[in-house]
Order: sequence, then structure tokens, then C-alpha cells
Amino acid sequence: MTSLLTCKDFLRELNEFLDPGSTDPAARQELEKHVNECPNCWVVVDTTKKTLKVFKGMQASEVPSRIKDRLMAALERKMASRKPGGCGGGDTHAS
Amino acid sequence: MPEPPSFDEAPLVLRAKAGDDTAFADLVKHYERRIFRLAKNITQNDEDAEDVLQESFMKSYENLDRFQGNSKFYTWLVRIAVNEALMKLRKRKSDKSVSLDEQLDTGEDTLVREIAVWDDDPEQKYSQEELRSILDNAVSSLEPIYSTVFQLRDVDELSTEETAEVLGISVPAVKSRLLRARLQLREKLTRFFQRKGDDVFAYL
Ligand SMILES: [Zn+2]
Repeated sequence: MTSLLTCKDFLRELNEFLDPGSTDPAARQELEKHVNECPNCWVVVDTTKKTLKVFKGMQASEVPSRIKDRLMAALERKMASRKPGGCGGGDTHAS
Repeated sequence: MPEPPSFDEAPLVLRAKAGDDTAFADLVKHYERRIFRLAKNITQNDEDAEDVLQESFMKSYENLDRFQGNSKFYTWLVRIAVNEALMKLRKRKSDKSVSLDEQLDTGEDTLVREIAVWDDDPEQKYSQEELRSILDNAVSSLEPIYSTVFQLRDVDELSTEETAEVLGISVPAVKSRLLRARLQLREKLTRFFQRKGDDVFAYL
């Protein structure tokens, strides 16, 4: 059987190819066949996988401490204003 | 593989809902980086991102008793942050039509222009700091509709459906934007990660 898939077709299905489980086996076989026969698409798959891998391994940057402090201060004010009696757990609201 | 350590938010959420502010503060500390990054992606402005960060946690604290626990707390928090960020954009642009729903996708442009083989562990050529700035720059050069979908799906690992829901866009829109985001990032990273000495070929 000759594969009728073009590179363009393959790229359109790249997500399905990269996220296993989302394609039916026959379609998947077509995609596998194309990527094994087409060096260009093989490189796209390989480099896209590596792209995902480097991003997944990278934690978000620390929030600048000035911004963190401001956030915590605002939250603490809010928390204090909500707990008139001190101990939590009550559902009573004034007014 | 450098997977982030798994974090079980559920016990903290229960305690926070029961009135334990220390537990809420722990949730804030755990998620503030991701919410700040999301806010920067959408607003593309540090000052707005700071406000969005603060507003998001304030609102989630105020409305915690309304959080049902059907979804993850983080997903709920993201939805609040996305709304806050969009409100900022609207104010800044004084344009009521701002949303993440715009159909800018041209669909046919697959965005593959360059083909070059990468090193096996391309990130090892760089220090953590260099790598972070390469990745941050690549993401922030994307349009917010792409960087946001990419962050939620591929970095924060929300499902396609959750991403669609928090952004208020359709599942097919999430899928097509994710594809474009991945391909654009691949393209942008190629010049940093390609194997030395190899030529770059134009894609047919
Ligand atoms: Zn091909």
C-alpha cells in the first residue's frame, strides 16, 4: 500500500501523533509510516518532542520578592478583616 | 526526566475551606509562579500581571466557600486569573471586544520553515539561567492566544477540555492553537538547539 499522506497532512495531525491515545490505530499506522519514510517530518517530530521536554522540565520563574510581599500583605489584611473573633470556622457575618 | 514533584492540593484546599489561612497561604506559595507567568502571557505587561496575580488570589480567597471541588482548585484559580487578565487587557486597550476567542487562525499555514537536527539533550548546552531566558523569550514572542494555550496544555498539563473551559474557547480552537504554538516554538528554538555543523534545510 502506498501512503497517500503528504507532509502537510502529516503536520496537521502532528498533535494526534504526539499525544498517543487520541488517534485510531489505522490512522496512527499511516502517520507512523509517513514519519519513518520522510526525513523532514521525522525531524519535525523529534524537535517538537524535544521542545515539549525542555519546557516541561522548566519551572516558572520565581515571582519577584517585592511583588510576593505585596501579595502576602494584601492577603493578610483580608484574612485579618475576616476573622473578627480570632478563631476560624464560624459562618456568622456581621450586618 | 525532570518531572516536577507531584503536589496534592486537596488536603490544603480542604483545610483552607475550613478556615485555615496557613493552608491558603501554602496554596498561594505553590501556585503564585504559575499564575504570574500566565498573567504575563496574557497581559504582556509586568504591571498588569502583578495586579492580576493579586486580584486572582484575593478573589479566590473571598469565594473559596463557593469552590465546589468538582474540578481542581488550580483549574478554578486559572479561570479567575484569565478573567482578571482579560479585564486588564480591555481596560488598557479600551476595547470591549478583547477576548481569547478571536479566530486568527489561518489554518493552512503550518509554520514549518526550517529543518535542522537538534542535539540529543539540547538544553545541556546552556546554564539553567540561559535556558530560562531562551524559553521565556520564545514564549513571550508568541501571540497571547498561542502562549496561553501552550502554557496551560503543555506546561501546566491541563486537559484539552479544561483548557477550552478556562479560556472560554472551543476544543478545536485549543487543538489548532496548540499545534501552532508548538510549531512556532520549535522554530524559534531551532537556532539555539540545532546540532553544530549541520545545515538548516528549507522545508518543502
Ligand atoms: Zn513528510
